[in-house]
Amino acid sequence: MSESKVLHGEYNSPDEHGHFGPYGGIFVGETLMPALDELNRKYAELKADPAFWAEFDYDLKHYVGRPSPLYFAERLTNKLGGARVFLKREDLNHTGAHKVNNTIGQALLAKAMGKTRIIAETGAGQHGVASATVAARLGLECHVYMGVEDIKRQSANVYRMKMLGANVVGVDSGSCTLKDAMNEALRDWATNVDNTYYIIGTVAGPHPYPMLVRDFQSVIGREAREQCIELTGRLPDTLVACVGGGSNAIGLFYPFIPDESVAMVGVEAGGHGLETGEHAAPLCTGQPGVLHGNRTYLMNDENGQILDTHSISAGLDYPGVGPEHSWLKDLHRATYTSVTDDETLEAFRMLTRVEGIIPALETSHAIAWVMKEAPKLPSDHIIIVNLSGRGDKDMHTVAEIEGMTL
Amino acid sequence: MSRIAGCFEQLKAQGRKALIPYLTAGDPNLETTLSLMHALVANGADIIELGFPFTDPTSDGPVIQRAVERALATNTSLKGVLETVSRFREEDDTTPVVLMGYLNPVECMGYQKFTDAAVASGVDGVLIVDMPPEESHDLEEIIHRTALDGIFLVAPTTSDARVSYICKQSSGYVYYVSLKGVTGAGNLDIESVKENLARVRANTDLPVGVGFGIKDATSARLISEIADAVVVGSALINKIEELDASKHYSREELQRHIALIKEMREAMDA
Repeated sequence: MSESKVLHGEYNSPDEHGHFGPYGGIFVGETLMPALDELNRKYAELKADPAFWAEFDYDLKHYVGRPSPLYFAERLTNKLGGARVFLKREDLNHTGAHKVNNTIGQALLAKAMGKTRIIAETGAGQHGVASATVAARLGLECHVYMGVEDIKRQSANVYRMKMLGANVVGVDSGSCTLKDAMNEALRDWATNVDNTYYIIGTVAGPHPYPMLVRDFQSVIGREAREQCIELTGRLPDTLVACVGGGSNAIGLFYPFIPDESVAMVGVEAGGHGLETGEHAAPLCTGQPGVLHGNRTYLMNDENGQILDTHSISAGLDYPGVGPEHSWLKDLHRATYTSVTDDETLEAFRMLTRVEGIIPALETSHAIAWVMKEAPKLPSDHIIIVNLSGRGDKDMHTVAEIEGMTL
Repeated sequence: MSRIAGCFEQLKAQGRKALIPYLTAGDPNLETTLSLMHALVANGADIIELGFPFTDPTSDGPVIQRAVERALATNTSLKGVLETVSRFREEDDTTPVVLMGYLNPVECMGYQKFTDAAVASGVDGVLIVDMPPEESHDLEEIIHRTALDGIFLVAPTTSDARVSYICKQSSGYVYYVSLKGVTGAGNLDIESVKENLARVRANTDLPVGVGFGIKDATSARLISEIADAVVVGSALINKIEELDASKHYSREELQRHIALIKEMREAMDA
């Protein structure tokens, strides 16, 4: 598909087999194929049912607390001295991040499919908490797979999941992070496929996950679009979001894809710097390949082995990315860049001090881009940053870096 | 006729069933893998499934995951695995070899280059675990221009309509995965395997192999009574795991070490 068709609203991705251009698709062992087919058919049925969306909207309003505000960060704007910066406050959602939008939607699917057991993978623990939360609310058994490395750096979220009644399963294979947690969740699903619903937390995985997670998360962009017009009388100029798997970014971007005047920037985890190889920036440095059920940009070596990644934030520490981002990159509809761990920490401290909002380390990547770029832009330029999550969970990590013990 | 078809034809004439061991190439290193391949044949293997390692083997249980980690620890690459098949062919021109693994190393090498190298090294079949027939068109198109067989999996969860579709895409043999779950898990339910084999046979004249959950001579014999081929993976890898990576083993030593395969052969032929 040509770029002009994207810009003229004929985007229509994915196709019926889950392909976003050459990306996406279904790459799993045969045991899971029928389960994905069942999920695809059920979602197609519910997607066309207004009652399903009414229930979703009701839960988002009364349980999650939506709509989340679009907040004009006046002091940050003045301090940076350039573009006007607005924050889409997903950190104010119940459980503290955008992740819950998706788990609410997928919990409704699980319920409609009669599944009694929920599994999930998690990196920073936000998706694990959001999954444990909806499982508690529906009285479902919940198992969350989490790398032992992440269990160490996100201990507060581990405890929250346990409080919510979830069984947190430590994964000690490979790099002991998000990628390995996803491997283990896929193995669990293949074993317990009859009674189990797998809530994938990001816009990756086999079709239909990248599509349905996007559909649930795009409430962020729909609200932001209306709120921006209401507050400023027009559309924004630039959207910014951090990208690990890419669910908060797609959630913000998707409703704006046909608006050709709106630029979209995804910020990947630059870790110690792209030149060091110690990062998690597949869109900036990787090549297309196949991992976790879909074709997308990946970090792999010359033999196709997946590389270990590094990021200060567990939620971005992943060698792949949602296939729709790969397609948006190739179409030049969105641009992808990265910031380092150090720039991220600086942004974390600055937003906390200037606006009294403590952002998650994941989210701080997007703020770091704004700190670099907003000063270069004119004062009538409007930036919306997806403030995807709050930083309470990161107190231990940041304190440790600053040499303090809590 | 491909080596695989020839092998099954010969076995059929003898009234015997195929024994197909799976091993991860490079576990604990490629030298030992080469010797193990010959030792397997000497112990009665008919076809060898040779796994090429991938960092994220999502369809495999802990036993094969550890084998993959050992193989990657000695930097085993797809290229190195193909070279090992070439070296195997220097002495054995009859035993079919099926390459089995995950798609990303193949994508990374490129479909055409992979297929050319597989043919040149003497590979007979290709089974990509995470590439269902729906996504296989580009690779299969290239493979079908050669004598290579494209082998696909059927699972207990596969619907009748999909069984028919998968059988149409398959050549060489059809691999029936006898358990829900990952490799090395659980126990066999022979009755369920029987019912599912009937579903596969209703759709194809190809031989049908059964894998997952076959642990010993007894289970190998039970499966050989109802299937055309018995695939054994994790039980063999458990034996390979006991080998010392720094040691050189003679073929005779390895043959004795993996006597399990000989026991299975004898039980199947009895």
